[in-house]
Amino acid sequence: MSFEPGSLPDLLPLYYRRLFPFGPYGRWLRYGGVPKSYFENREFSFTLRDDIYVRYQSFSNPQELEREIQKTNPYKIDIGAVYSHRPNQHNTVHMGAFQAQEKELVFDIDMTDYDDVRRCCSSADICPKCWTLMTIAIRIIDRALTEDFGIRHRLWVYSGRRGVHCWVCDDGVRKWSSTLRSAVVEYLTLVKGGEDTIKKVTLGDTIHPFISESLSIVEKYFEDYALVGQDILGSRESWDKVLALLPEHILFFNKKCNSIQHWEHLRKKMEKYRGSSKKVSYAEKEIMLQYCFPRLDINVSKGVNHLLKSPFSVHPKTGRVSVPIDLKKVDEFDPFAVPTISRLCHELDTINHDENEAEENEREPEGPRRSRDYKKTSLAPYVRVFEEFLEEMDNFRKGELLRISDSKRDF
Amino acid sequence: MQFYRGNRLKCARLAGDRRGDRYPHSLQFYLQPPTENISLSEFESFAVDRLKLLKVVENLGVSYLKGSPEYKSKLEMELKKLKFPYRALAEEDYDARRKDHLSHFILRLAYCQSEELRRWFIQQEMDLFRYRFTELTEDLIKNFLTYVNLAYNAISKEEKDTCADKLVNSTPGFSGAKVVDMAYYKVPWSHAVDLVRTRRIYLHDGFAFVPHQDLVAIVLNNYRTNLSKALALTARSLPVVQSDERLQPLLNHLSHAYVGPDYSIQKNTGKISLEQIDALSVKSFPLCMRQLHKALRDNHHLRHGGRMQYGLFLKGIGLTLEQALQFWKSEFIRGKVDADKFDKGYAYSIRHNYGKEGKRTDYTPYSCMKIILSNPPSQGDYHGCPFRHSDPELLKQKLQSYKISPTGITQVLDLVKGMHYQLACQKYFELIHDVDDIGFSLNHPNQYFAESQKLLSGGREIKKERNQPENSQAKQSSQKSTPASSTPSCSNTKAEIKLEELEDYFTED
Repeated sequence: MSFEPGSLPDLLPLYYRRLFPFGPYGRWLRYGGVPKSYFENREFSFTLRDDIYVRYQSFSNPQELEREIQKTNPYKIDIGAVYSHRPNQHNTVHMGAFQAQEKELVFDIDMTDYDDVRRCCSSADICPKCWTLMTIAIRIIDRALTEDFGIRHRLWVYSGRRGVHCWVCDDGVRKWSSTLRSAVVEYLTLVKGGEDTIKKVTLGDTIHPFISESLSIVEKYFEDYALVGQDILGSRESWDKVLALLPEHILFFNKKCNSIQHWEHLRKKMEKYRGSSKKVSYAEKEIMLQYCFPRLDINVSKGVNHLLKSPFSVHPKTGRVSVPIDLKKVDEFDPFAVPTISRLCHELDTINHDENEAEENEREPEGPRRSRDYKKTSLAPYVRVFEEFLEEMDNFRKGELLRISDSKRDF
Repeated sequence: MQFYRGNRLKCARLAGDRRGDRYPHSLQFYLQPPTENISLSEFESFAVDRLKLLKVVENLGVSYLKGSPEYKSKLEMELKKLKFPYRALAEEDYDARRKDHLSHFILRLAYCQSEELRRWFIQQEMDLFRYRFTELTEDLIKNFLTYVNLAYNAISKEEKDTCADKLVNSTPGFSGAKVVDMAYYKVPWSHAVDLVRTRRIYLHDGFAFVPHQDLVAIVLNNYRTNLSKALALTARSLPVVQSDERLQPLLNHLSHAYVGPDYSIQKNTGKISLEQIDALSVKSFPLCMRQLHKALRDNHHLRHGGRMQYGLFLKGIGLTLEQALQFWKSEFIRGKVDADKFDKGYAYSIRHNYGKEGKRTDYTPYSCMKIILSNPPSQGDYHGCPFRHSDPELLKQKLQSYKISPTGITQVLDLVKGMHYQLACQKYFELIHDVDDIGFSLNHPNQYFAESQKLLSGGREIKKERNQPENSQAKQSSQKSTPASSTPSCSNTKAEIKLEELEDYFTED
């Protein structure tokens, strides 16, 4: 079922009435025990038809949000910060008093940032070969977030076109200042430099545990991804790029060898080099990192008020839904299997074939039947991942309350 | 805090050894404000003493490398002199610790009022804290951290063994042996942001494993954050405090306070002749007065601000009222003013300065602080502090015209850029007199003059070492004489800054 951007105005109303999982979505943003004002003060932004962009939208409760979305059928939905006042009244507030107070810590990893090291695609394109970069990124960053920073609740989401987002939802983390958020990104950053920089990764004498852990992850994928898939040592041109990262010209291109063999030669030569020159050089590691290590956009993560595309929003150019990624099966995630809005609507058609419900029916959604239609489509497994994520947060919250009331002997 | 008039000290008397409980440590975070009663005079003297201390901290911090032996020994001397805690273990320290506690909170009231004041206060308090913290032993550190609820847990030997190689790899410059020896603390990562950001620390489960030597930075950071927040809060409750009329003048002036001799009583009154002034202005006047004198000679006139600043200075160096009248009149007549007008107008205000008119207050010459902070000059004025108020380019030209070496000029301009105006003037003193070390802390134009005269008449032995700038011998000989010369004036100060005189002292504005 191919997707035509022109069909969005017809498909979106159906999507928002029958497929968008407003139930779990609302539960997520109400965050269990927080005061009612938390949702009220949350900013949403909508991109409507003809690129009309409206900011500072806010709602009293998830139901009101749902009604508004179903009324305006936005092409894109962004989630912003929880402010000190209702965003839709920010003009009535004394300037300087209207402040962003809390927001999830978010990361945005974009395949375009890897254009200098992937040969298969460029800019907005992706293919199964380079998608591995996202897998590697998710593994490295997720490990660091959980093991190093002690973070619990992360939602990884496919952006719908060329990358992934991460939403960190821990209670404490949502309160983090811009300084803390920037610090996290800096900790996670290894690849530095723009177009003018040839060598983007330089390791110091000692290798920090974060780097060695990340390297073990990269090593698992390097051969298949870089040597076979990307064939980074397979042609003269790509060969030269790699060579530019070595301390000396130690190896010659051999037409008869493939990437894997070349890499072996490179490793042996580097060992000899280290032995004879007595210099510390991590060149092979630096090459692996330059070709595979995640590249983050600090601007997305550091601002407490930064708006990011909402999970389950539709990508207007590809039609694909921004779906959660199951971390337990991250290696199997296939962005090309993610349903498009046209496919989902088509699936709905097939389901409703026997039922006498007109899609143009403007009546209020009739509770269970309408709101759970997504369960009968290929969106279901992704919503399930989302629900598991929410359950985990709920359980943890309950556990914490029990722990606190126990210590207070408060029954 | 409650206040009582008069000199009766009414501090809470704790029986015998229980006094130690209140201040179990020589160092503190100043988290709890004092709740005892204190007399107004103790309030003032504590505040003034701490201000003196912080100014010394500031000057030492620019003149010496922080943490160097000279820095530490000089700071310790000052702490001892002003009766603040200087030894971490001294048992008899209750009074010093109490003074430390009270004076800090009093100064908060004065220094919370503007961004600039807050920044200055926090900077000096942090430097002071850093010095005192680094003097603590590991055990005392542990006690202190527990006391202030920054109970960072030191990791156990077992825990350290399991992550030993990770610790080695994450702390640059640390060998395996060093890791084993050094204590490591588990700190919530948000307390060690800089170390985490730059990946110079082992991070696990949200905790940074901080080696003992990096602990200072973290504790300092914490101290700064707390103090910053506290000052903001204090500023909000300030209106209530300021409405107490006993405190308002004191607090207002503490932030501008000059805490040295006031040069109103001159031993050498009448010892300067008018003919000497031109030569003296080049040799022994600070730049501000040299500039004013030149402007007066050139224009045969000075505006009110200039007349006040320069006139009082001249009084301070020993000019009598008769001499002053003659001096100003002779210059003004060369300009547009005729003798009659001078007698009717300007003469009156000169006599006023000498306390012979009106209120009959004998006005005191302005201190550097006062000149720098109040009444900035406008077009056509020549008063103020040239290091503060002159355009750096013009200042440079002026110094060049005085034949000061380019290196010297650069040093002065650097200090100006760093907003260390008095230190810039100190540097000017050193360059004009061709000495390595001014040997005193400059706070007052008349002090500049007095020291300069002393130097030129051979009252001090300063050897200038051409090859070795840091010759300890030379320094010692200069140090020996300075304390001797400054102590008498200091003890005068202590006698002078009493409640009654303090009020007069501040009302001249």
